[in-house]
Amino acid sequence: MTKTYFTEDHEWIRVEGDIATVGITDYAQEQLGDLVFVDLPEAGRKLAKGDVAVVVESVKAASDVYAPIDGEITDANATLSADPALVNSAATGDGWLWKMKVANPTQLDGLMDEAGYKAHIG
Amino acid sequence: MTGETTQQLPLEDLHKAAGARFGGFAGWNMPLTYPAGVMKEHLHTREHVGLFDISHMKLFLVTGPGAADLLNRACPLDARAIEFRQSKYTFFLTEAAGIIDDLIITRLGDERFMVVANAGNATTDEAHLRALAKVFDATIEPLDRVFIAIQGPEAAGVLDKAGIATDELFFMQGFEPRANWFMSRSGYTGEDGFEIGLPEADARELLGKLLADERAMWIGLAARDSLRLEAGLCLHGNDITPDNDPASAGLMWAIPKDLRAEGNFIGRAALANILAEGAKEKRVGLKPEGRQPVRAGAELFDAEGNPAGRVTSGGFGPSAGFPVAMGYVSTPLAKAGTRLVADVRGTKVPVDVHALPFTPHRYRKG
Repeated sequence: MTKTYFTEDHEWIRVEGDIATVGITDYAQEQLGDLVFVDLPEAGRKLAKGDVAVVVESVKAASDVYAPIDGEITDANATLSADPALVNSAATGDGWLWKMKVANPTQLDGLMDEAGYKAHIG
Repeated sequence: MTGETTQQLPLEDLHKAAGARFGGFAGWNMPLTYPAGVMKEHLHTREHVGLFDISHMKLFLVTGPGAADLLNRACPLDARAIEFRQSKYTFFLTEAAGIIDDLIITRLGDERFMVVANAGNATTDEAHLRALAKVFDATIEPLDRVFIAIQGPEAAGVLDKAGIATDELFFMQGFEPRANWFMSRSGYTGEDGFEIGLPEADARELLGKLLADERAMWIGLAARDSLRLEAGLCLHGNDITPDNDPASAGLMWAIPKDLRAEGNFIGRAALANILAEGAKEKRVGLKPEGRQPVRAGAELFDAEGNPAGRVTSGGFGPSAGFPVAMGYVSTPLAKAGTRLVADVRGTKVPVDVHALPFTPHRYRKG
């Protein structure tokens, strides 16, 4: 079963089993503008909720993307090295940022569902 | 800047209607991007025409029998030698030869000059000019104008179609085509282009025509910044500040040679000392290796890990196709091709000193 969660920092987290795929929302990519570089993490890195996992860089500025939950990184979206603009064109699909092992499933309970996130961004 | 209040552009409604995303800059609420986005806006300006609302910048009319002498004191300039309609890039300097602001001054008549100043320094500049006006017989008049830049290879064509004759001007020339208008062939993108200061009602009428031309579109401040950075042009507050002098900034081309020894301008003695001793650091272009931008504030190191300088502007160059930056490095390291290392959030990014501009200027010099 797949379930998608959202954070107040405009990330989405799609959970299948004990693996979470994380990206930024369409709203977030629109705010950032055209991305030119994604600083991807390496598999094996252990993250605590709130740690900087990825830095996305637009023409104008660098922005941090935080780990929404605790866990170890299992994969990063290598396609973005050559085509960072994929995050703009497919933020919630092919423009995913990284996958991580869910260390503490109860942390997911504190996140929003899609309806909650839509209300959050107004 | 005017303290806490944020100033609004007179044409803010037009930008809202065009879908602009706004942000603060130099005390003004400015359009940063439009729905096309910074990348498309940047490339459109290099291929066709970009329209920029630069009404945050300030125009000062300096007139009177002492106008030329005032400007010769305020700037390293020979105002009497400027031909009518000729524009000059120059600065206000401190006694220590620090750059208070960079300016474009155009001679409009025997005792009539237009000074175009940066938004963030407009208040300082006005006070500086008014203090000098007490010494010289001159009048300082800040103008209340909408100021529009029309930039790109098709700028002349778009203006001609809108009924504005452009054939009278070449690059760095300006005049008053009608009452309360000031128009120059200049800009800050590296492309051919024009800047027109005019009353709000006239601006709305003109923009109606310009925006109806499919070659032209609004361009935000984000693309203005990437365009000027690729063109190697300085942003005051970043690349030049009162802590930098024209020699270190690589801007001595703007100062006539004979003035360096004999000029009456504020900062001359200090600048002469700097020139005699040689500038300790130089402003250079910087090309980071790979795709990761290196931005303002990043520290630079030489091959041995010794401090070498700092980045003052940086981002991605949409036309260049790679990250571009500018900064200051110690003079022995200022040669193009010198390999340095930038510290970007703890990561060491290799950076090469690179000739400026990154994209060639395409001015219409006649």
